[in-house]
Parts: sequence; C-alpha cells; structure tokens
Amino acid sequence: MKSPVVGGRGVLAKRNPPGSDGVVALAGNPNTGKSTVFNGLTGLNQHTGNWPGKTVTLAKGNYRYQNKLVTLVDLPGTYSLLANSTDEQVARDFICFGKPDATVVVVDATCLERNLNLAFQVMEITPKVILCVNLIDEAKRKQIEVDYGKLAALLGVPVVPTAARDKVGLNTLKEAIHQMVFLHKQPQPRTVRYSQEIEAAVAKIQKELEPYLQGKIDARWVALRLLDGDTTIIAEIKKYLQAETTEMAETAEMANMAEMAEATESAGATEASELAPRAHETGGLEVVKCYK
Amino acid sequence: MGEPEIPLAFLPVGHRARVVKVGVEGLTRNRLLDLGLVPSTVVEAVRRSPAGDPVAYNIRGAIIALRSEESRLITVCPLALGR
Repeated sequence: MKSPVVGGRGVLAKRNPPGSDGVVALAGNPNTGKSTVFNGLTGLNQHTGNWPGKTVTLAKGNYRYQNKLVTLVDLPGTYSLLANSTDEQVARDFICFGKPDATVVVVDATCLERNLNLAFQVMEITPKVILCVNLIDEAKRKQIEVDYGKLAALLGVPVVPTAARDKVGLNTLKEAIHQMVFLHKQPQPRTVRYSQEIEAAVAKIQKELEPYLQGKIDARWVALRLLDGDTTIIAEIKKYLQAETTEMAETAEMANMAEMAEATESAGATEASELAPRAHETGGLEVVKCYK
Repeated sequence: MGEPEIPLAFLPVGHRARVVKVGVEGLTRNRLLDLGLVPSTVVEAVRRSPAGDPVAYNIRGAIIALRSEESRLITVCPLALGR
C-alpha cells in the first residue's frame, strides 16, 4: 500500500481509511442526483471532509454490503475531467491518483448523450467503471426509454438503472460494485479512437511514457492529455511518481517531457483540440440508438 | 439545399441550426465542447433575455445560456423550420 504523500496530496493520504475494504468514487455531471445516490447508498452516515491543499470539499461515507465495508467518495459534479477548473482537477486527480477500486459514473437518463462525455473521459483513465443511469423515473415521465443492455454492450462497462430518490436500483448498484471490487470482475471499456494522425502520435508518446509510468497511470491517457496541451497533469504526475519512486524518476521525467513536447508539436495543435468533439461523436451518436 | 452559414448569435428564437464550427478558443472552447456543443450538434434558440443577451439554447436536451461574446464565434447552418 502507498504511504501518505507529501505536498498537499491529501486525497492520496486518505486512500485507505482504516477498517475499509474498498474505496469507490462517485463521479457525474452536476444535477444528476449524484448526492442522492451517495446518501441512498450510505444512509445518513455521511460526513464531509476538507482535503488538505484543496478548497473543494469531498464528501465521504461508508456502507456495508456482503460483509464488506465500502468507502464512497463523492466527487465534485463536473462535465469534464480536462481540468478547466479546480472541481474538475479534484475529480480527475482522485480518479487518476487516488486509485479507487471502482468509479461509479452517475448520469442523467433524460440527458444521456450529454452525460456520456464524462463517462468516456473516466473510462480513458480507468477500466473500473460502473455506469449508474439515474433519474429513470423522470425519464419515464418524459417517455424516454433506455436500452440498458445495449448501452452496456456499447460502452463495455456494467450499466445500472436507478431512481435514487425512491431507492430504486441501489441494491443492484451495490452488487455491481461488489462484483467489481471484491470479485475482481474487470470490464473492458470501449475507448475512444481518434484520427489516424492523433493515434500515431499517441502511440509514439505512449511508448516513451510506459517505462516511467510503470503501469501506475494509464499511459495512453497521459499521452492524450499531453497532446491536449494540459500542463497541470505533468506537475501532478511528477508529484505522484516522486512519492512512489526515487529521485531518478524526476530526472527521467524531465528528459521525457522534452520528448513529449517534440511529439506534441509533430501531432499538431489543431488536431489535438479536436479530440473532444470526436469523443462526443463516437459516444454520442451510437448511444442515441439506445433510445428505443 | 445549401443553407448559408451564420453565427449562432444571429439565429432567431424558435429556430434550429446545426453547428458547423466552434470558433472559440481556450478554456471556453473546452467548456462548450464538454457541454455537448460540438460540430454537427443541432441547437435551438429557445429564449432571449430581456436585454437581448444572453440567449438560452437547447443543446442536447439541456438549456444553456450563451453570451453573444461566445455565440457569435460559433458558426451554424440554420435548419428549415420543422413541419
């Protein structure tokens, strides 16, 4: 197990709360009923904590299922993990460096297409994703029917429909979490494929990154972020790896960053900024077909 | 029929259009893309604020208000009024 890390990485320090058998992150767009899911799962056992170094508050709570104590971490509601704001960075850093045993992405059944952007972004960081399609009662009122089986097949992750307000589906969600965390059922999410040019650049950078990341962080994801021109991620990874490895890692990172900058240039900045729409196209369009 | 392309800001309330290009830069661009405003998305101008700006748009099922500052940089192709 990792030891608590210096430099305000409080998220990491809290990684394994005493007595807890597993840590599950709750992510989702604002107003998807994420906190209702959180409260529904944990009962009134919720308390909020302020993590050192961050102004944003993460709610944390526990529940017991099949004799396992699961710690739930309620991440800030975000549309994205591309770290445009502190909220997004907190959510991203927890999923990436906090290494939860599973991440539940809560999406709004009435607005599925828009919500799946975040789901795809999370699936790029970690395969351990469960999609919780919440507000199915509201969707029903709006006469929206979702083909959950097809959605699960398209995304490659378990899909659980819920109406958290009425506690509908929460046990199924607990079971899905249990299977992933304790029975180690690891899904194979469908990752977004980008244009040939970007994929070529990703492959090049990914290969360079792998020795340094040592499988601790998904190299493909980091490569994509670097192509995106995201500078915050470099600092965070450095902090994370420094805590994990020796000072040699730092030197390696430096050399690495120079190479990455080079590869980024060759990929072309315009292409990189078109990444997001492509994610949407691949995800959005196909999923529309899930609506019956 | 090749409809002309116009800035989203010029789309009259009650009309729909298909996004051609999001000409916004930086963080705002990312935010708009994250909200689902990507090329080929159909948006509808739903309501104009009393002052005329911002305007509320229906983007993939969510109502989002955009200032003309942003919406004039978004190129759209208006769709014929639905039958």
